[in-house]
Amino acid sequence: MEQNKKQEVHTHKIGIYLWIWGLLFVFSFFSYMVDYLDFQGLLRWTLIVTFMLTKAGLIMAIFMHLYWERWAIVNVLLWPMTLIGVFITIMVSESHYTFFTRLFYFVVGS
Amino acid sequence: MSQFDISKLPQGGKGFMHDWGSDQRAFKGVPWGKAMMWIFLVSDTFIFSCFLISLMTARASTTVPWPYASEVFALTVFGVEVPLLLIAIMTFVLITSSGTMAIAVKFGYEKRRKLCALFLLFTALGGLAFVGMQAFEWSKLIFHEGIRPWSNPFGAAQFGSFFFMITGFHGTHVSIGVIFLFIFARKTFRGDFDTGRKGFFTSMKSNYEAIEIMGLYWHFVDLVWVFIFAFFYLW
Repeated sequence: MEQNKKQEVHTHKIGIYLWIWGLLFVFSFFSYMVDYLDFQGLLRWTLIVTFMLTKAGLIMAIFMHLYWERWAIVNVLLWPMTLIGVFITIMVSESHYTFFTRLFYFVVGS
Repeated sequence: MSQFDISKLPQGGKGFMHDWGSDQRAFKGVPWGKAMMWIFLVSDTFIFSCFLISLMTARASTTVPWPYASEVFALTVFGVEVPLLLIAIMTFVLITSSGTMAIAVKFGYEKRRKLCALFLLFTALGGLAFVGMQAFEWSKLIFHEGIRPWSNPFGAAQFGSFFFMITGFHGTHVSIGVIFLFIFARKTFRGDFDTGRKGFFTSMKSNYEAIEIMGLYWHFVDLVWVFIFAFFYLW
């Protein structure tokens, strides 16, 4: 068993890690430039989220070796993240409601 | 124990059904320590998500303008205001330490003990630099800018509490990681994973898989920073 496990272990050429490292630098630089060049509005948010998700994907896939893991564990790890999406959706509508009631009562009074 | 040959098992979706439907262990080829670390990281993801979602909720529901992070975290270098400079440097340092960690894991599996220990040490030093810069940032905000958890001169009062809560919790993770990285660098250099020397705390033998598990934690800390950088500093 111990012996088996040792042989199965992937080791990769050092190049792939250096590549990903470089890419993460580039994408971090891009997202910093979004702020430096002072993009605003929808463009800013789209770029930020795109770079963020790209970086997160690279880190998880290559640095955390998820790309080489079997689907049994990959699915267990990634499906729970959809719940976060649900939670975000709920809280967006909740915070809009709170914002509306605050505005309403600050203006109209209670 | 199990006699499976992992290369002959079905792949992809079929492999998913096969592995979960079999009466052995579900996570084939995954050491238990790694599975446990992954489960911990998933739960930690939920904690950080709750922080960031509550940040979103506070920001979206306040009627007071939210402080513009780009200006709050600007640094004056040679008389020029550069937005988010320190945060950008911190990001690059943390990414670099994540890269050295990935390389340390690789050297660990190749049983190149000294290189592995060296890169673990680089990683720890990177983490230490990150925490140091964060301490500088905190002291600047507290003593010079007058930001408090309950108020700040820039806008919405919640800004301070979210800043200290989120970056503080992340910084705690980094600090714990740095401590463990130094411990693991020492253990690796001493050859604990080659000789099977028992850990002082767990009193169990370990091997180079421990480096990968340590690596998962460290990459996760980097991963969380990616989201904090995007949502707190850039948004």
